[in-house]
Amino acid sequence: MYPPRFNYESPKSLAEAISLLTAGGGEAKVLAGGQSLVPMLKLRFASPEMLVDINNIPGLNYVRRDADGSIHIGALCRHEDLEKSEVIAEHQPTIAAAAPLVADPIVRTRGTFVGSVCHADPQGDWSATMIALDGHIVAQGPNGKRNIPARDFVTGPFQNALAFDEIAIEAVIPAPKGDVHGGYLKLERRVGDFATAAVAVALETSGGKVIRAGIALTGVGGRTINANVAADSLVGSALTIESITRAGELAAAAAEPRSDHRGSASYKRHIVSTFLTRILNNISESTVKAA
Amino acid sequence: MSSLYEEISAPPAAGVPVRRVTLNVNGQDRTVDVEPRLLLAHLLRQGLKLTGTHTGCDTSNCGACTVLFDGRPIKSCTMFAVQADGHEVQTVEGLATQSSLHPLQEGFKEEHGLQCGFCTPGMMMAAKALLESNPNPTEDEIRWAISGNLCRCTGYQNIVKAILWAAEKMRGSSN
Amino acid sequence: MALDEIKIGGMGASRRRVEDNRFIRGKGNYVDDIVLPAMLHMEILRSPMAHARIKSIDVSKAWEIPGVRLVLTGEMLAARNLAWMPTLSYDTQAVMAMDKVRFQGQEVAAVIADDPYIAKDACEAIRVEYEALPVIVNPMQAMAPGAALIRDDKENQTDNKVFDWEVGDRAGADKAFAEADLISKIELHYPRSHPSPIETCGSIADFDRATGKLTVYMTTQAPHIIRAAVAMVAELPEHMIRIVSPDLGGGFGNKVPVYPGYVISILASILTERPVKWIEDKTGNLISTGFGRDVYLQGELAVRKDGKMLGVRMHTISDHGAFFADAQPSKFKIGLMHSAFACYDIPVAHLTATGTYTNKAPGGVAYRCSFRVTEAMFFQERMVQAAADDLGMDQAEFRRINFVKDDDFPHRTAYGFLTDSGQYGKCLDVGLEAIDYKNFLVQKEEAKKRGRLLGIGISTMTEPLGAGNSREYDILGIKMFDSAELRVHMSGKAILRTGAKSQGQGHETTWAQIVAHELGIPADDIVVEEGDTDTAPFGMGTYASRSTPVAGAAVAMVSRKIRAKARKIAAHLLEVSEEDVEWELGRFYVRSSPDRGVTIQDCAMAAYSNMPDGMEPGLENNAYYDPPNLTWPFACYISTVEVDPETGVWDVLKVVAVDDCGVRINPMIVEGQIMGGLTEAYAMASMQFITYDVEGNCVGSNYMDYLLPTAWETPGFELHEVVTPCPHHPIGAKGIGECATVGGPASFVNAVMDALRGTGVRNIDMPLLADRVYEAIQTGKDISGAPPIKTEE
Repeated sequence: MYPPRFNYESPKSLAEAISLLTAGGGEAKVLAGGQSLVPMLKLRFASPEMLVDINNIPGLNYVRRDADGSIHIGALCRHEDLEKSEVIAEHQPTIAAAAPLVADPIVRTRGTFVGSVCHADPQGDWSATMIALDGHIVAQGPNGKRNIPARDFVTGPFQNALAFDEIAIEAVIPAPKGDVHGGYLKLERRVGDFATAAVAVALETSGGKVIRAGIALTGVGGRTINANVAADSLVGSALTIESITRAGELAAAAAEPRSDHRGSASYKRHIVSTFLTRILNNISESTVKAA
Repeated sequence: MSSLYEEISAPPAAGVPVRRVTLNVNGQDRTVDVEPRLLLAHLLRQGLKLTGTHTGCDTSNCGACTVLFDGRPIKSCTMFAVQADGHEVQTVEGLATQSSLHPLQEGFKEEHGLQCGFCTPGMMMAAKALLESNPNPTEDEIRWAISGNLCRCTGYQNIVKAILWAAEKMRGSSN
Repeated sequence: MALDEIKIGGMGASRRRVEDNRFIRGKGNYVDDIVLPAMLHMEILRSPMAHARIKSIDVSKAWEIPGVRLVLTGEMLAARNLAWMPTLSYDTQAVMAMDKVRFQGQEVAAVIADDPYIAKDACEAIRVEYEALPVIVNPMQAMAPGAALIRDDKENQTDNKVFDWEVGDRAGADKAFAEADLISKIELHYPRSHPSPIETCGSIADFDRATGKLTVYMTTQAPHIIRAAVAMVAELPEHMIRIVSPDLGGGFGNKVPVYPGYVISILASILTERPVKWIEDKTGNLISTGFGRDVYLQGELAVRKDGKMLGVRMHTISDHGAFFADAQPSKFKIGLMHSAFACYDIPVAHLTATGTYTNKAPGGVAYRCSFRVTEAMFFQERMVQAAADDLGMDQAEFRRINFVKDDDFPHRTAYGFLTDSGQYGKCLDVGLEAIDYKNFLVQKEEAKKRGRLLGIGISTMTEPLGAGNSREYDILGIKMFDSAELRVHMSGKAILRTGAKSQGQGHETTWAQIVAHELGIPADDIVVEEGDTDTAPFGMGTYASRSTPVAGAAVAMVSRKIRAKARKIAAHLLEVSEEDVEWELGRFYVRSSPDRGVTIQDCAMAAYSNMPDGMEPGLENNAYYDPPNLTWPFACYISTVEVDPETGVWDVLKVVAVDDCGVRINPMIVEGQIMGGLTEAYAMASMQFITYDVEGNCVGSNYMDYLLPTAWETPGFELHEVVTPCPHHPIGAKGIGECATVGGPASFVNAVMDALRGTGVRNIDMPLLADRVYEAIQTGKDISGAPPIKTEE
């Protein structure tokens, strides 16, 4: 309940923040929404020497859709901003489906999308959506910006690809080339629980055929699982009962769950295939209706 | 008394980082010296003697410490006091005026929306935020909005009724 | 004219609560809100290991941290004869571990510092070297040959058994079973659960060297028991101990026992001569303080073909953790487990019980429960359900034909309790009608044809609330009565104090209503105080739904004493003999001339200004109430559910509750108690439990894994009532606080089992987590919930 002692800085610009991280030499940590970091400090699972609070840096709190159709989520965009965003509701069904399932409503007013991806909790929801959407993280460091694909961003449990002097300033979801479909289903024991298992799906279709597919799994491995084999199996044809079933099996096979108090490994695999099947069936039904 | 909690405190011990911050609490500016690690909930309770904000868990689940931060409900145990510098905080103590209760306070009493009273301040603050954005919520919308706040006594049904009661009264008075 | 009782806030008024006025303003006064001058703060270092020998404790680094005032270890306690303390069940418990730790979370050291952050820093700086010992996490392991001996501190303790106990008629039961047409058997585990009030435990000990007086502000449901215990443990004279229980953020049985943290804070205050505050964190609360349940059952019901129950046999095996610290009446080792089947007319019953030590937290508190009746009624209703299924008989009809009938009271139960009133069949009828039973059965069959699994579960029970009578019920030898003291001031306003202690039940509101009912003093004119042992009369506290049955009765009795004296004063004022004075609510009048009267307020004034010659002045009194029997509320809970066969997730469709708790003092508050109780029932049935892995790590040590349902999962409740007044209680009331928690879980479990009818599954242990339900459907086999949890693969 009582965090360890640390130094605190509250920079007013990204440049200032990056120089603080550089000076910190790996012992400084970025504080954004803090909804994962602060509990970890309170439980003394972490003890950084310095926190660099980026909440006072202007220009990071946005979610917008550019003319090309790409969606950009700033480092200070809160979960609730996405839950209530008209841009997301209209254009990005995977994010829209996941937003109300992240943590609980009060945590969602403060926690950030980008911070959650950076936290790289294998049970975090947003990494899965980013991988399914083939998004990327924009990292800014002393030598400028670089893009890190979401599929490469998480390197292990609670580990990401950022250098110690880099800040993730934005998440980008690339412009779709076809009609956008998606979903997120999460089995949780109650509101605010981490996922027993969850499935993120992002599809693009054209002329009734799937032209791009992304599937990622939450809570069923040491990190977010990219079920790309299952996703690839859908590309090139219309969704059918057979292709959906096949994808469900492939996704279950991609999962690496462990038996624990949330359920057995086989149960979690089963939930992965069931949820994937449900999302794809929904998409299939809605595309048929639309056609 | 520790330097942690004192409003304009004595100089800190060597090596203890201290920051001076000014925040607006329930309409009043307060200036305090705090250690960065001090949680906002602890500043409110111990430093500013606003003990209506409770802390009930270590893991940001229970919501007993919910306050409004620039109008948005947050768990004050999951934010550092130093982060409130330059911001507005509303606590349960700011709900009533000298002459009248807030409709939520009336509703909680009228509909028996509390028993031990420990979760009540957080519940009311979460509800206040809801009603400010949605003056006419359904029962499901209320249940959803307070699902980050745990109550062990009431079974929630009367809390829902209390918020509906307040919503109706607030709509009536704004017409 | 008599007053309108509802208008003055008397019995039956849904009076809005007095205590709310401070709570809704954030002006409650909980332990952590209290700040004393020069107060220090204490944090406890707990064992990460479940069973380990302590090889060394190095506190030197902790002392080096600026702001640290005291570091305490078991050895320092031992030097003051405080290393061990008695439990409420005549066992001993380590205040701090010295030789070895016996459960994860056990107290190992404590730091007292200028603020809690520093105290926590210093705890982190303490180095403890452990040597791991074999860990035992369930009774089967505890009783296995060669099991490690947990309580090697106790002389003559050679195994991990706490007790063997039995009640009932063994030979008679055997005979009934020999003659039965069918014997229905079931094995169940009621998982370990934690009462988990949102406010954790805590204390501020304030020892004043100058006066020798110790004041302890603390989270306790039973301040007078605590005073007695502190007098024993700390060897302080009782009149020099003042226990103050301020507002409590819930209790539910968790705040009955004496915990090491309280004792350590007291010693710390004595040593530092400053007030010492200890506020437990949530993990400390969940892993070290009193849990509930953790009992295994082997149950058998003997029945005749026509559905008549002939006999019952139960064997329970209970897991008490490392110290036998059950908070329960001394005479009954497994609490009131033998209250099972009290609502059914069964000729004979036999119960055997075995208790064991394990490497888990001690407890066995009455978690919203009267001493194991929660387990008793759950076991009962699961056995009844299984027997109905085995007979192929309708579950409602099977219950109905076996109920004790309305005109069979008083009724001696097969285990020996005396029940005294009820309308069981009527309650069931009200419930069945409310849930539209027949129609639901049709819907269920139709849904099944489309692959949907609907189920309906019934739970009916009567339970014993309001211990004791003093002949049979005591805690540490102190008889279980309760008390009230009433002072009527000269203006007719009054102050009432009782030995109970509200934790949300609303005593400040309802006690005044009883006085209003008896004396006609408006409830708003009566202030109620509890929880301060220097001012409140001696009482056993609030738990086990005993406040209304015992303290509430004392409030009525003291009011009647006041009325008796007021009658004498009225006769004096009216200048007639006492025999000629009649009472109506709020007023005495002359029988022959009803217009001539005096109010209770007139009498109060006269008690201080114009009393009859020879009468002792003043209008105050007290009453100690020793109930002649327990009260026996009855309840019928019915739930309907739908199970998703693909995931095992189940949703509650509807919950109907029919409660007969006798006369309701404040219907609004009674309904609040029922809804809160139903929520805990739903919690235990669906998600809330504490389990352990093979190493004795507690799974459920914070709110991320110890799951309390939110408003979103919690179903809505439909409440109904039947009123059968208690024949021996002065105002006809029965206990109610725990009924729904006791009777509710079986309705949910029975409903899910009903939905799974035909799969071959007979039982899934609570909580009915989705993965358990799915696995049961897939395998057609029962699911055991006994720890350790499976973590293979």
